[in-house]
Amino acid sequence: METTLLIIGGGPGGYVAAIRAGQLGIKTVLVEGANPGGTCLNVGCIPSKALIHAAGEFHKASHFAAEGSEQSPLGIRTSAPSIDIRRTVDWKDGIVKRLTGGVGALLKKNGVQVVRGWARILDGKTVEVRGAEGGGSGAANDAGGQTTRIRCEHLLLATGSEAVELPFLPFGGNVVSSTEALAPESLPEHLVVVGAGYIGLELGTAYRKLGCRVTVVEAAGRVLPAYDDELVRPVAARLKSLGVEVHLESSVLGMSDDGKAVRMKNAGGEEVSIAADRVLVAVGRRPRTGGFGLESLMLDMNGRAVRIDNQCRTSMRNVWAIGDLTGEPMLAHRAMAQGEMVAEIIAGKRRHFMPAAIPAVCFTDPEVVVVGLTPQEAAKQGLDCISASFPYAANGRAMTLEDTDGFVRVVARKDNHLIVGWQAVGGAVSELSTAFVQSIEMGAQLEDVGGTIHAHPTLGEAVQEAALKALGHALHI
Amino acid sequence: MGIHVIKMPDVGEGIAECEVVAWRVQPGDAVKEDQILADVMTDKATVEIPSPVHGTVMALGGKVGESLAVGAELVRLEIEGAGNFKGDAAKPAAASAGASAPAADEPADVPHGFVPEPQRVAAGAASVSAAPSAEGVRDPGAPAARHPAPASSGSGASSRAIFRDANEKPLAAPAVRKRAWDMGIELQYVGGSGAAGRITHADLDNFIAGRQRGHSAQSGADSRYAELQGEEAVPLIGLRRKIAEKMQLSKRQIPHFTYVEEVDVTELEALRTQLNARYGAERGKLTLLPLLMRAVVLAIRKFPEVNARFDDQAGIVTRYQPVHLGIATQTDAGLMVPVIRNAEARDPWSSAKEIVRLAEAARTGKAARDELSGSTITITSLGPLGGIVSTPVINHPEVAIVGVNRILERPVVRNGGLVPRKLMNLSSSFDHRVIDGMVAAEFIQTVRGYLESPATLFVE
Repeated sequence: METTLLIIGGGPGGYVAAIRAGQLGIKTVLVEGANPGGTCLNVGCIPSKALIHAAGEFHKASHFAAEGSEQSPLGIRTSAPSIDIRRTVDWKDGIVKRLTGGVGALLKKNGVQVVRGWARILDGKTVEVRGAEGGGSGAANDAGGQTTRIRCEHLLLATGSEAVELPFLPFGGNVVSSTEALAPESLPEHLVVVGAGYIGLELGTAYRKLGCRVTVVEAAGRVLPAYDDELVRPVAARLKSLGVEVHLESSVLGMSDDGKAVRMKNAGGEEVSIAADRVLVAVGRRPRTGGFGLESLMLDMNGRAVRIDNQCRTSMRNVWAIGDLTGEPMLAHRAMAQGEMVAEIIAGKRRHFMPAAIPAVCFTDPEVVVVGLTPQEAAKQGLDCISASFPYAANGRAMTLEDTDGFVRVVARKDNHLIVGWQAVGGAVSELSTAFVQSIEMGAQLEDVGGTIHAHPTLGEAVQEAALKALGHALHI
Repeated sequence: MGIHVIKMPDVGEGIAECEVVAWRVQPGDAVKEDQILADVMTDKATVEIPSPVHGTVMALGGKVGESLAVGAELVRLEIEGAGNFKGDAAKPAAASAGASAPAADEPADVPHGFVPEPQRVAAGAASVSAAPSAEGVRDPGAPAARHPAPASSGSGASSRAIFRDANEKPLAAPAVRKRAWDMGIELQYVGGSGAAGRITHADLDNFIAGRQRGHSAQSGADSRYAELQGEEAVPLIGLRRKIAEKMQLSKRQIPHFTYVEEVDVTELEALRTQLNARYGAERGKLTLLPLLMRAVVLAIRKFPEVNARFDDQAGIVTRYQPVHLGIATQTDAGLMVPVIRNAEARDPWSSAKEIVRLAEAARTGKAARDELSGSTITITSLGPLGGIVSTPVINHPEVAIVGVNRILERPVVRNGGLVPRKLMNLSSSFDHRVIDGMVAAEFIQTVRGYLESPATLFVE
């Protein structure tokens, strides 16, 4: 089989590259061993958000059923709710199926040939695909257990990432990764989450809201250690009020011999055991570089990731790499933008991957958004910046949503008021990321955002107010 | 408190209007009697206008570079006691002033050429080319005068574009970035005119336009060959405008006839060296110029038609007995022509001293009006930069100008052998309407005769 572009991996990076290449008339083959959509659609972003939503709804219902001082001030009363987690998972799977089916249809519509199977790179122009067992989606051209050799002009690597496994706590049995945690057969009584990064906290919080006892173990001194202290504080407070037990500066040693408890060294240096019927290891993800013959290309690496330039070229001519395989930030939207760009470059357009900012969102409770530079990062870069925060306690819409924890913070250059960063924590602030990243990409100044009429009453008013506050004339604080 | 209006004075010779070349005061300034308020320029002289009274400046009568009619309001002062202003006390009209001012003898009750305050601030940055006087240095406005700013309206967007430090990322919206890539433009080299240095689509357009005008196409990473953006509009004001008008007038009115002849100045140079060795200490050193002046003066006796001014409107050529010799002089502000009056009555040393004095006066802006006007014939010399040939422009309304080129020692055939001689060209232009080519040639040949036999310069 011959093609112009061969893409290994049908995740957000790979499938977007394929669709765009198809639009541009490039003959494209996409190799994917599982359903299209990759981690994001199948076992990541989408299913986790579905589970978080279901957990939130259940938690709300439970709240309405509470008695005494816990009783909802809204005056809504229900009887104690119950949840059938199997049905929840089925609902989630339905969404995933619809989305992956949609991706398959888009690929087909754009003339992309999808080969179902696992790729093995022979050289920079040749890939062998070992057919996957079982049927595929409508667009799939099933290799049916046979081996197909595909020759290509351009090879795009989009193999994504995988959950990091701890050697002393290998996956299996009660020890699971996020993938399994997103499709539980049943709810555990006590879930121990190893790692208080965004994946651990998102899932830990969801399980807690579903009624499980949850304990989080984190080696660093605070949860979400990658984010600044001020942003994390409302999240830590919510964990506490939800009853999630958090052990900071603690390291997991492994499972007890009977497999019913997690052994760890706590902040005081003592070894303790926590009984647990399920353990979620969420200590990060790493580029998926093994198992498809990547090493045969002897590409320059950047740590564990494939090294690329700002056009996603690897060290080998006409071999490209995008997404998580190329390292941090491992975000679906980064991979999509890179994939789109690579397709355009191959089509002869001049493109560079030079975004002004890439937004990052944690769907914790409350949500956290980071775009561009924090005040600390700006200072480290030697930028003389001003920053200002507007609290949700002063936002009317937040009050009506019973969610006044959190704030919006803006960071701008002192000399010309160019906005270089936004951070926010609060209910539903993930949707504000659109405004944040747009202002930065457009090169907005504080005056631009401050001078834009924001709808009232919305959470977005805090965006305008933060800009006004940085200018020294916030109106509602 | 009263209002005292200072009008543009009549600076003589029937001049109807003067150009303001510098304001020495700004509205709000306190001024003392005899303090200089403004520099105004007539034909080629800069005149300082002093204040006759103590007071506070209320308003200025125009922008720098604007011509005001004689008698028009120049400065309005607020003074103690009754002022001289009897007119309507209402705000002066913000007329956009022009050269077509009320006649000099009309009462200037309606102030002419007033500029509203904000405009004046913008215009105040525009500046002055007349050589700043010593007093001017103390004037806070003077430093700005050294960097003429383009008029506020004159500069295009490109000239305001901000350029980044080398390590600073270019700031542009995604659509602009994509378009730049599509066109193969590195945004690093494109100036941003938007807020905070944002690069706009218009900036890209300007950048492309600049390229198409034939600037070096690919600048690559080498900053030595980086493309430059921007332009500077320099308003033609003061002396520069006068020069432009004068040159235009001269070239438009006068059919120039240019005649070049070679002069052997070996003997003249030998004589000059001897004179300088002998009298240099007491009388000062002679350059070639005073000797040439003498030769011209003597030649004019035979050809009085070249020492004249031609009023082409009236159709009258006025020939002069005295020789008022203009000496074209380069100053920081531009070309000026100080005049050596009655050159026929000066010996070479006296002429030399006068040349030095007048050149100095012209360069420092101290030359009086009558030292800068009234010449009947002009000599122009670029000294060592004289070149081989030049085509001098006649100093209207004169009818002749004598240009001096460089002296060069060259081999010359004499009596069948080669001898080194010092040779110099004279490039001269004549008003062909009133000077025939033959007369012009004979005049120059006469000058040449004097110069090649320098003893004749002193024998009459």
